[in-house]
Amino acid sequence: MTECGAEEIVELRINGTGVRVRAGTSVAAAVLLSGEPVFRRSVSGEGRGPLCGMGICFECRVTIDDLEHCRSCQILCRDGMEVRTA
Amino acid sequence: MSRGFGADIVVAGAGPAGIAAAVRARECGRSVLVLDDNPSAGGQIWRGEQSHGQGSFWLRRFAGCAAKLITSARIVDGDAQRRRLILETQDEAFALEYGKLILAIGARELFLPFPGWTTPNVMGIGGLQALVKSGLRISGKRIVVAGTGPLMLAAADYFRRHNAVVPVIAEQAGWIRLARFLLHLAKHPGKLCQAAVLRFGLRRSRYLASCWVEAANGNEKLESVRLRQDARVWDEDCDYLATGYGFKPNSELAELMNCRICNTGVDVDAFQRTSQEDIYAAGECTGIGGAELAIVEGETAGYAAAGRNDLAEKLFRKRSKARQFAAALERAFAPREELRRLPSAGTIVCRCEDVVWERLESMKSWRSAKLHTRCGMGPCQGRICGPILEFLLGLEPDSVRPPVFPARLESLVAANEIKEGICQ
Repeated sequence: MTECGAEEIVELRINGTGVRVRAGTSVAAAVLLSGEPVFRRSVSGEGRGPLCGMGICFECRVTIDDLEHCRSCQILCRDGMEVRTA
Repeated sequence: MSRGFGADIVVAGAGPAGIAAAVRARECGRSVLVLDDNPSAGGQIWRGEQSHGQGSFWLRRFAGCAAKLITSARIVDGDAQRRRLILETQDEAFALEYGKLILAIGARELFLPFPGWTTPNVMGIGGLQALVKSGLRISGKRIVVAGTGPLMLAAADYFRRHNAVVPVIAEQAGWIRLARFLLHLAKHPGKLCQAAVLRFGLRRSRYLASCWVEAANGNEKLESVRLRQDARVWDEDCDYLATGYGFKPNSELAELMNCRICNTGVDVDAFQRTSQEDIYAAGECTGIGGAELAIVEGETAGYAAAGRNDLAEKLFRKRSKARQFAAALERAFAPREELRRLPSAGTIVCRCEDVVWERLESMKSWRSAKLHTRCGMGPCQGRICGPILEFLLGLEPDSVRPPVFPARLESLVAANEIKEGICQ
């Protein structure tokens, strides 16, 4: 994140690994930045990731601070957040 | 659960239409409360933009107009008789009361299924753009843009400016339709000029007409897409596929509140009034037309809801010009017949319940599809697969029931108490 300069940085954990992103980054963007394209398992076990990016399709659901089924595209990263993908 | 707060005018949605409505209603001295499901105002088009011309102009006016704004809040139920909405935020549920309600609830992308479209990194055009606006970096990534409409050029240009490589822009419409659309654009020189500038910026990308994605390849992550143009079929390596076949108005909340729906979206009169007293609608939810039309409809609704029909009337001419453009868009970019034949037997159509095409092909109604296959019964409540089955099979969507969005149990209990008048 060297290009950020004085911008505010948020630190969260994604599947146990620390990730640093700019403030204002959505959880969905952070998960993709961490290199994980699979956010959830579908009812038949397929790996799925974000589709609509605007809170409608529910494909980007992850677990945030033990709360399941959070739409990661509609939630901004916060310091200390624990995110789990499927 | 708190009650009793609200405003003269409540605006659902803080995109171009909602913002314009709020600004105009505030100018007329009304108290205004704006609600949005997203973390910030701006809607999909002005999301995360500081420098965007028209967007920054309206966002600045909005910030200065002293309308109240509640973000990350979704409306899960509404009652037109009692003029109430039930709102859910991250950790609370509210009821609020409105004098007039303006629905500016926008539209969503229309997706069409093809083999592999559920592979991660296959996204909506607006979807990928939204992710980039919310912090995803795409520098050096290869992004195929495929679908229909002028938005593809704008999105491809946006990706290019973020240092992605866009090898192909696949437009399903043929050249004859595109040429007709360009002729129409001559009536809107500003737009024609915009298109030319975009195309020049994208001179390294191939813009192919009569071209579409037949399949996405990759296991748990997209690797390439199979493109078809006439008889030619080839694989194009890419990191992301951004795809979309136009837009579908979000009409669910309006339906729930018994507003009449017509073939373009929520039905409105010249003053943007719906069939329900004191409920107005503006922008994409009344019919797809782009930001310019959404703004003028929002302004009209804002004036009209504030009781200033005289000011609203002055906008009619501008609105009718914007609507002509919308009609030309629809003619030129209607999805072609071949796209109906893209799904194979095992292609998933309903992504929430993993219902495949062979189970749906013979369905005669949306209800029987639901009952026999669970199609449309997952958390998106048919928002993605409903329009797909409308396109593939001509099925009419089922009636909308509350909650209009998946909600926490406590919000439903609270909503029920409010309806029964228990929390008076």
